[in-house]
Parts: sequence; structure tokens; C-alpha cells
Amino acid sequence: MAFFKVISGAALAVALAAPALAQDMNAVQARQGQFKLYGHNLAVLGGMAQGRMDYDAEMAQTAADNMFHLTRHDQSRLWPEGTDSSAIMETRAKAEIWENLDDFTAKFVALQEATAALQGVAGNGLDALRPAVGAMGATCGACHEVYREES
Amino acid sequence: MNRIGALLLGLGTAAVAVGWYITQPVGLPETVSERLTGDALAGERIFLAGGCASCHMGTEDDADPKLLRGGAEFVTQFGTFYAPNISPDPEHGIGGWTQAQFMDAVMRGVSPEGQHYYPAFPYTSYAKADPQDIADLYAYMQTLPADATPSRAHDLGFPFNIRRSLGVWKALYMDRDWVVTGDLTAQESEGRYLAEALAHCAECHTPRDALGGLDTGAWLTGAPNPSGSGRIPAIAGDEFTWTAFDISAYLETGFTPSFDVAGGSMAKVIANLGQLEKSELDAIAAYILRAGQR
Ligand code: HEC
Ligand code: HEC
Ligand code: HEC
Repeated sequence: MAFFKVISGAALAVALAAPALAQDMNAVQARQGQFKLYGHNLAVLGGMAQGRMDYDAEMAQTAADNMFHLTRHDQSRLWPEGTDSSAIMETRAKAEIWENLDDFTAKFVALQEATAALQGVAGNGLDALRPAVGAMGATCGACHEVYREES
Repeated sequence: MNRIGALLLGLGTAAVAVGWYITQPVGLPETVSERLTGDALAGERIFLAGGCASCHMGTEDDADPKLLRGGAEFVTQFGTFYAPNISPDPEHGIGGWTQAQFMDAVMRGVSPEGQHYYPAFPYTSYAKADPQDIADLYAYMQTLPADATPSRAHDLGFPFNIRRSLGVWKALYMDRDWVVTGDLTAQESEGRYLAEALAHCAECHTPRDALGGLDTGAWLTGAPNPSGSGRIPAIAGDEFTWTAFDISAYLETGFTPSFDVAGGSMAKVIANLGQLEKSELDAIAAYILRAGQR
């Protein structure tokens, strides 16, 4: 009887954990999708800054506008507790995020500010674009340095 | 004592003597430093390429990369190392050191007290540097601000806490020859100097054996991340398909060819290397591709 109880207890735990996990996976995939869109726009902005493609004011402005709006997406449901890389294999988000939420948020705010500055100058020529893209990239790197696991 | 006993004792004494001999810390020949005068301006480039600040700057978020007060921790299988204060503070930093003492530390891993340093300080790479460059680096580092933060003692268990035993490690692994050899172009050679002697790419990107020595047969083919899960990616071998442009652009901006942004310990490497001349980054890229052909 005791054995049966243990089993049913474990089964209950699995039953409770399973839907929570599905929800967590949605959040993980959604935030990764958000970052993929950052990369998609950086391909234009960084591509021009690095000389992989010619500068085009309209394209640069559109990508910068996108970055501005993408980084205004509310983050509150994208980072549920327990969705770090020690718990979920598919994520590179380090557990340190939830131990230092204020700092993590500050690093996100730094990105928001950098995209606002970029939006203001992206259409003004390559010489104006390059330093602003560099400054935005630095805010991406500053967060990845501490809060993202190596691949 | 019978003959065999005497023979064994004799052999034993010889082995201890040899052991004592090979574990003895040896600095550079005295004449090397004597004939060199450092140029502080030229030394800044060595400082950036060598990535000294990555390890020796403070650990807070907005730490100044020129204030070398130490504190960064390095978790390894042997214990935890803490980067010491190497600012020009005479008491807590290296302000009282002579150029010769500095060169022995950086190029031979030997302290002013005549002890071995742990190879968490990548002197095995800096050993390949041109002594003039290290004299320039010494001159440059004198110009940086002093800081009186005391260095923190390492957290190591026995026998790793015995510095003398590092002599054996050095005898096994301290090899000042280039790893990538053969007919290199001038650009590839320049890149080899920057990458193998100064920027120590292999210290992170090459797997290590059980004693912590670099597996030169698997040069730059990626390695487990010493400080946690995840892997440090391969930058040689079939998996790695970047072009020279991609590598050079990444070292300059941190953007990958798929427009992700570098993180982890690579972020500081890029913060330093991004300040070098573009031609130097192109040279490193040429070397990396050449190393991949081994
Ligand atoms: C405040 C912190 C933070 C900032 C700022 C940030 N990132 Fe990230 N980024 C992360 C974290 C954490 C992950 C890992 C997410 C996961 O795997 O769940 C990540 C993942 C990514 C990924 C991989 C997505 C995937 O395919 O899984 C890309 C690409 C990326 N970021 C690009 C960027 C770019 C470009 C910027 C700047 C424009 C940026 N990030 C800014 C924290 C940040
Ligand atoms: C990967 C991290 C790392 C890098 C890069 C690095 N160091 Fe260190 N350094 C250390 C560690 C760890 C020690 C402590 C070694 C020991 O105690 O045996 C150390 C020790 C030293 C010491 C001895 C300090 C003392 O008080 O005895 C000097 C001098 C020094 N480093 C200079 C440099 C210079 C110059 C550079 C750049 C050319 C550099 N280091 C790059 C990690 C690093
Ligand atoms: C202190 C450790 C360290 C040193 C030194 C170092 N790297 Fe890295 N490198 C990393 C890490 C960690 C990553 C993964 C970055 C990430 O997670 O975004 C990386 C990523 C890379 C990548 C991207 C590979 C990919 O597939 O994404 C390249 C290229 C690279 N390094 C080249 C170099 C070169 C060239 C040098 C020497 C000039 C060097 N690295 C020195 C730690 C290091």
C-alpha cells in the first residue's frame, strides 16, 4: 500500500509538472523568437555598418524603427521563474537572471535607450549609423556576457 | 647495507635531485631585460592584444579596464583562482617591481620571490612574445592608475596549493615553439604572433588533458566551458565555416555572420581586440583559417 501511495504521489507530481512545463516552453520559445527578430534586423543594420551591404537610408530607418518597437514588447510573461538552463535544456538563459532581476532589467533598459538613439540617426548616413549600431550591439553583448550560457 | 639497497638509495637520491632540479623556477637570462627600454605608447597595443584587463580589471559592471585591481575568479578542476591586483600600487599591486621581475612573471611564470605562478595566468602563451613587446607593456602599465585593493588568496586543495609542484607541469607543457608551423604568409605569421603569443585564443578554444595542459593535437577545436555548462565553440575543423571577413568583423564588432552578438568570456576579448588596427584583426583571421587546415 505504501508503495502504491508513492507511485500515485509521483504520478500526481508528473501530472502537475507537465502542463506547467508546456507553458514554460512557450515562454522560452517566445523570448527566443523575439531575439531572433533582433538578429533579423541587426542583419540590415550590422550588415551596413560592417560593409557587407551598401548603406540605404530607408532600409536602415525601417530596421531601426523595428528595433525600437521590438524592444518595447512587454517582457513580464517571457521570463517565468524556473525557465533557466539548469531546468530546461533548450534555453541558454542563466539562473543568475532571477537572482539579479534588477540588474537584468537595467541591461534591458540600456538596450531600449540604445534603440531610441539609433532610431534618431539611422537615416542620416553611414557615418551616423555606425557608432549607433556599435552602441546598441554593446548593450546586447553586455547582457549576453553575464546572463547567457555559451552555446 | 647490501649492494641493491645502496643502488636503490642512490637512484632514489638522484630522482629527488632531478625532480628538485626540474621543478626549480627559472626566469629569463638576466641580460634580456638589461638591454631593453620600454616604450609606453607601443605597450598599449600589447596590453589590448594580451587581454590583461579581461582578467585583472575589477569585477563590477562598470569597472574601468585600466584599473587593474583584480578580483575575477576562475573556477577550475584544481580549485578557484583569483586574479591579483597588478596596478602600480607599491604595496598591493606591482608598483615596486623592476622590468626584469615583470618580464620573468609574464614570460616565464616566475614571481619576484622565485616561485612558480599557476598557468591560470596564461604566461605559457606570453612566453612566445618578443621581449621588446613585454618591456613596452611594462612601461605602459606604469602609466595606469594605482589601486590599493588587496589581492585575494587562491582557494586550492592539496597538492595543488604547493607551487613547487608546478615545475613538473611547466616541464611537461611550457613549449615556446609555435603550434601552427609550415610555410606561412606574412599576414598569417603576423596573425600567429597576435593569436598564439598575445591573445591566447587557444587557452579557451582548445580542449585540455587531465593535468590541464592544452591538447595541441586538437588546436582550437572547441572545449568544455571551465566555468559552467555550455561549450566554447570550435574555431577550427569542419564545424567552423566562417570566412576571414566573418572572423575579423566579429573580433571588431561582436556580431556573428548570423547577427547574433558575442557573449560569455568572448565579450571582453572583443572589447579589447576591437581596439586594434583592422589589419591586425584581418591577420588573426588569416591565421585562424590557416590553423583550421592542420
Ligand atoms: C537583458 C538581456 C539581453 C539583452 C539586452 C539582449 N539579449 Fe539576446 N539573449 C539574452 C538571453 C538571456 C538569451 C537566451 C534566451 C533563451 O535561450 O531562452 C538571448 C538569446 C539571444 C539570441 C539567440 C536566440 C535563439 O535563437 O535562441 C540572439 C540571436 C540574441 N539573443 C540576439 C540579441 C541581440 C541582437 C540583442 C541586441 C539588439 C540582444 N540579444 C540583447 C539576453 C539578452
Ligand atoms: C586568463 C586570465 C589572465 C590573463 C588574461 C592575464 N592574467 Fe595575470 N594573472 C592571472 C592569475 C590567475 C594570476 C595569479 C597567478 C598565481 O597566483 O600563481 C595572475 C598573476 C599575474 C601577475 C603576478 C602578480 C603578483 O602579485 O604576483 C602579473 C604581474 C600578471 N598576472 C600580469 C599580467 C599581464 C601583464 C597580463 C597581460 C599580458 C595578464 N596578467 C593577463 C590571470 C590572468
Ligand atoms: C577567455 C576565453 C576566450 C578567449 C581568450 C578567446 N575566446 Fe573566442 N569565444 C569564447 C567564448 C566563450 C565564445 C562563445 C561566445 C558566446 O557565447 O556568444 C567564443 C566565440 C568565438 C567565436 C564565435 C564562434 C561561433 O561559432 O559562434 C570566434 C570566431 C572566436 N571566439 C574567435 C576567437 C579568437 C580568434 C580568439 C583569439 C584572438 C578568441 N576567440 C579568444 C572564449 C574565448
